[in-house]
Amino acid sequence: MGGALAVAALIALPPLMSKYHLEILISVLFWAYLGIAWNVLGGYAGQFSFGHAAFFGIGAYTSTLLLLRAGLTPWIGMALGGALAAAFGLFEGYLSFRYGLKGPYFSLVTLAFAEMLRVIAVNTKAVGSSLGLVVPTAPSAPGLFIFSGKLPYYYIILAMGVLALALTWKIGRSRLGFSLAAVRENEDAAETAGVDALATKLRAMALSSFLTALGGTFYAQYFAYIDPTITFGPSVSIGALLPAIVGGAGTVLGPVLGSFVLTPLSELTRYALRGRAGADIMLYGAILVLVISFLPQGIMGVVRERRARAGRS
Amino acid sequence: MSLLELSGLTKRFGGLLAVSNFDLGVEAGEIVGLIGPNGAGKTTVFHLIAGFHPPTAGDIRFKGSSIVGAKPHAICRLGLTRTFQIVQPFAGLSVIENVMVGAFNREPEAAAARRSAADIVDFVGLGARRNAPARSLTLSDRKRLEIARGLATRPEVLLLDEAMSGLNPTEIDEIIGLIRRIHARGVSLLIIEHVMQAIMALSHRLVVLHHGEKLAEGVPADVARDRRVIEAYLGESA
Amino acid sequence: MSGGLLLQAVVSGLLLGGVYGLVACGLSLIFGVLRIINFAHGAVMMLAMYATYWLFVLAGVDPYLSVVLTAPLFFVLGVIIEKVVIEPNRFAAEHNQLLLTLGLALFFENLALVLWQGDFRTVKVGYSGASFMLGEALVEVPRLVASGGAVLMAAALFAFLRLTDVGKALRALAEEPEGAALVGINVARIRAASFGLGSACVAVAGALITPFFYVAPDVAESFNIMAFVVVVLGGMGNFVGALAGGFIVGLAESLGAAFLPGSLKLLVVFAIFILVLLFRPQGLFGGSRER
Repeated sequence: MGGALAVAALIALPPLMSKYHLEILISVLFWAYLGIAWNVLGGYAGQFSFGHAAFFGIGAYTSTLLLLRAGLTPWIGMALGGALAAAFGLFEGYLSFRYGLKGPYFSLVTLAFAEMLRVIAVNTKAVGSSLGLVVPTAPSAPGLFIFSGKLPYYYIILAMGVLALALTWKIGRSRLGFSLAAVRENEDAAETAGVDALATKLRAMALSSFLTALGGTFYAQYFAYIDPTITFGPSVSIGALLPAIVGGAGTVLGPVLGSFVLTPLSELTRYALRGRAGADIMLYGAILVLVISFLPQGIMGVVRERRARAGRS
Repeated sequence: MSLLELSGLTKRFGGLLAVSNFDLGVEAGEIVGLIGPNGAGKTTVFHLIAGFHPPTAGDIRFKGSSIVGAKPHAICRLGLTRTFQIVQPFAGLSVIENVMVGAFNREPEAAAARRSAADIVDFVGLGARRNAPARSLTLSDRKRLEIARGLATRPEVLLLDEAMSGLNPTEIDEIIGLIRRIHARGVSLLIIEHVMQAIMALSHRLVVLHHGEKLAEGVPADVARDRRVIEAYLGESA
Repeated sequence: MSGGLLLQAVVSGLLLGGVYGLVACGLSLIFGVLRIINFAHGAVMMLAMYATYWLFVLAGVDPYLSVVLTAPLFFVLGVIIEKVVIEPNRFAAEHNQLLLTLGLALFFENLALVLWQGDFRTVKVGYSGASFMLGEALVEVPRLVASGGAVLMAAALFAFLRLTDVGKALRALAEEPEGAALVGINVARIRAASFGLGSACVAVAGALITPFFYVAPDVAESFNIMAFVVVVLGGMGNFVGALAGGFIVGLAESLGAAFLPGSLKLLVVFAIFILVLLFRPQGLFGGSRER
């Protein structure tokens, strides 16, 4: 009921908004979307990736290069980028999980893979090296994922977010969701209960990297410019995990809540401290420390606790 | 042919021989007790059967085919699973959700898995705690949950690793009753237990492991009179 | 490739390696005692470089001399971080502790960006350009001092861990956390001291490189990743391994630079990193605990 109202408002209100507010809302939904994608692996499966930029960059570069070099529409390029990212995710995941990497070690390996891709992109002329790639913005061509004005992009990212959310919601209630939770809680026990831990983690990896890559294509089309640092750099990796952590990792709505808190906050900081690059990320750092210290289960953790308490009394 | 058959099972950790040339069969419908002093290698045997470690030598056959090299989840799906001595619930999940993880092996649809899990939760006597988070359970309830999760995978052979340790006499009696009811459902059991009166009462056959080797085997009353067995246990307490 | 170029690469690598080694020693020390991979390590180094820079610009203090001030200062900063941020969360989930230090890293790095912008600053001292030839290889004096100083500092720390009571307590805690508490070691104090010492190490490393390395917020990230690579290579919590790992990574980087164009040398470093993590997670020289 509340959810339906929220979606109705998100559909109806934006045409009435100013360009500035619309941009912020797009930003909120974009980071929420990446958070939802990260959450599949980091939250549900409990494998903390610090390198989701790898998948994001693969998505952004695949669709953009296919558009620029072969004239292929990003609508298709997006799916190809997703498939490529999923393949890379499976490769990365198979190596890591097969050799039993867990916790911080897994985080470090994902970080290293993303950094490798960044270094390769910086040094490869064919993909624009550090100068990056410019995506055409005109003329408007919906078939090529190019629109004049922000509103169409807004509805696209809204649709992507709602679909990804519906997907994670459905997974959470399916056999896969239970397997993911079991693997996250205790791998040995999961195995004795008939859960194939390796296959389960790989599924999460493939799905999470696929979704993240779609976000990369959206970014390229919306901002019309990509370079190795933007797409493969650590800030995307951190931006993907933050909303999920702050909102509540492993919960359906966590990443959305997290982004609705974090993104406007960062916009406000940026606005208040105009000309001071880094102020918003500095704030993120402080929030991360505070959230881990005081709300280790994120915002959803508090919500759940309240509910449980209300249920008991 | 036994339902579960270990032959020449050997496991070496570095220089330590944890299990040595161990033979054991579990027949369909049987309850076999595996006893022995601490460090005798009982839990290692469970690890080997359930697929957590590869044996150094020997064979493990289940329903006629070798399961050596298979992963625990695959062995579980064949119909053989275990519980852990130190209970390992999925702490963040509720009781019913814990059991559903096991039930999904036989019922891929969530609604059916939930129904089947609910039956088992009632069966082990956790019905009233169905929606409680696993981390909030008492030790005795956690032991039941551990058994319930295993039962939900519909095993033909269930390995129970000290399902009664740390429980008081009333709780032990309840678990004994539960194990009898599990057996009545047609599940064969291999049980590691330190609570002697329980294992004596439950087992059709007792196998004694000492320093990784089989010391004695037979009906409980005979084994209890075996001098070597008494010495092995006295040696431990001395 | 000429022999001269190869020699140059080896010399540069060795000179770089000492500094990496010292940075990694600090990280390894913190990991050994706290079991935390400190993502904020590079950020602390970056802050120390700014401290060195400002001491030089505002008060004319020589970078090498400033160590006397920055080392104790950053020891205290490390102790404060541990007491205020890490200690209250010592029972938190492993990944949450990791995120905690990530948050600290983001905070410090961007604090520097807010305060001093992103421009590269350099400290120009009389000896900045000093150099001599070793056969066909050019040896820059500040780099030699940095590498030598780093090794000396690491040796001093090693001696401290072996010979003093606090050092012994620290090692006991790294090896046997439960036992250490039993024999009456003040665990909380030693945990804080380890973070302080680790931070002091990286502060000294930062001061030693300012005569030839630019000072900017993004130094934090590049040294951070290098330090992870070195520590993993040397074995998590293995002190001597960290120093040796520093030289290996320094060599890999400079040899990579000699053979590969642009920043592709980093690929070599990352490849080593991933291979070690996958196939020898206890490090080349063995860690203090299995994964």
